[in-house]
This record gives sequence, structure tokens and C-alpha cells, in this order.
Amino acid sequence: MNAFASLLAEQTFDTPANVAFGIVAVLMIIAALRVVTTDNVVHAALWLVVVLGGAGINYLLLQAEFVGITQILVYLGAVIVLFLFGIMLTRAPLGKSDDLDNNQRPLGVIVGVITVAVISFALVSTWGDDKLTFEAYDGPMAQAGNNRTQALANEVFGPQLIPFEVLGVMLTGALIGAIVLARRD
Amino acid sequence: MLLNQFLLLAAILFSIGVYGVIVRRNGVLVLMSIELILNAVNINLVAFSTFHGLDGQVFALFVIAVAAAEVGVGLAIVLLIYRNRRSVDIDELDELKG
Repeated sequence: MNAFASLLAEQTFDTPANVAFGIVAVLMIIAALRVVTTDNVVHAALWLVVVLGGAGINYLLLQAEFVGITQILVYLGAVIVLFLFGIMLTRAPLGKSDDLDNNQRPLGVIVGVITVAVISFALVSTWGDDKLTFEAYDGPMAQAGNNRTQALANEVFGPQLIPFEVLGVMLTGALIGAIVLARRD
Repeated sequence: MLLNQFLLLAAILFSIGVYGVIVRRNGVLVLMSIELILNAVNINLVAFSTFHGLDGQVFALFVIAVAAAEVGVGLAIVLLIYRNRRSVDIDELDELKG
């Protein structure tokens, strides 16, 4: 029960942010369940849109605006389109189909329930009622005003520059690899 | 707001993604479940970044980029499987089974 109380945040149910979080969280969980249980492949992709958009709203609630906007641009703009293309190119059945799940459903339910139980127990016993402090956003950023995106840019193009460049090389390699794999020759 | 409300939401999403990876047969649907898992991790990273500095947000951006690359390569592989076998049922891909 403690887990659900924390999820709905009854203790600090005094801000609109908590109400927004509760609505978005319930929507995200329902949509995620539909992604893994629906028997229509296209509907799974469209429910995934709700989950990814909800994650973007969560980032906004966590005051990580740049990550939220990137989430919406990259995931909703690019990844979902890729998924829909993949569905169409593999000629998946557009209507209902009964054979999307294998016969391991009980095992999957057991593993999922155990996973969420263990992680929830660990989280509740470790962080309990810790409140978000946003202390990482204080200091230089607080003095400079509402410049969290600028601070993030300073981080990416400063200490994290080499990983960022490596990431660019990896993206290029992955996309060239995808073209080589999917090319008809 | 509590830290735990984001972490517990991410835990539930993660477990739903694990269930999807175990249960689904269609390769595209398995990739969607992996996206659920990666998004759960991202929510954790951004939530922790409110405590420990902006590294978590930077890492979340990296995960988003890696996930985009993963979907590209994964769908290329699924397309290749479909072209060779006329099916994307990953339960039939057992050539490597001993």
C-alpha cells in the first residue's frame, strides 16, 4: 500500500503538479499495458505514443524542459514513424490477430509482478518519502535566472563533449549499418 | 513532489516492458517493449538528476539517441528476417539453438 500511496503522492497532494502527475501516470500505465496486450499491431504503436508523450510530460514536471522537448521530437516524431514503417513493410496484419503472443504468458506475468515488487520494495525502503529538491538546479543556474537549458548545453559541450562526439559517430555507424542491412541488392 | 512517485512509475513501466519482451512473438512489438524499458530508465535518470546535477539529463539525452539508433538497426534486422522468411515471428528463429 505504501507503494501506491507514494505513487499517488497523497502526502503532498497540495500542488497542481501532483494532480497532473497522477493523471499522466495512470494514463501511461494503462497505455503501456495496452502496448503489450493489444492484439492489433498498429494500435500498439499508437498506444506507445501515449506512453512516450507521458514520459515527456514527466520530464517537464521534473523541470527538464530540454529533455522533454527532445523526447517529443525524437520519439513521437521519428521513432513512432519508424515503427509504423516497420509494421507496414513487414506486412503485419492491420486488423486483429490472435497469434501475437506466445504461450509464455503466465511466465511473463510472474516475472513482471516479481520485478515490480522487488524494485518497488527497494525504492520505498531506500528513498521513502524523500522530496524532490531540485538542488541541482540551484547555484549558478538559479543566479542566472531560468537558464536550465543553457546549463545543460554547457554540460554537453563542456565536460561531456567527447562522449557526445562518440555518440554522433555511433549514430552514423548505426544508420549506415541499417541501410546496408535493409538494402535490396 | 516525491522522488519515489517517478521511480515507482518507472518501475511499473519497466516491468510491463519486460513482460512484453517475454510474451510477444512479433519482432516489431518486441522492439516497442524495449522502448518502454528504455523510457523507464530515462525517467529514473531525469528524476535523479534533480538531486545529483545535470549528468542524469545528459545521460538521458544519450539514451534517447542510442534508442533511436537501436530502433533503426532493429527494424532493419526485422525487415531482413521478413524478406528471408516471409515472417517476423521471432519464436521461429531457432537456428542457433544447440
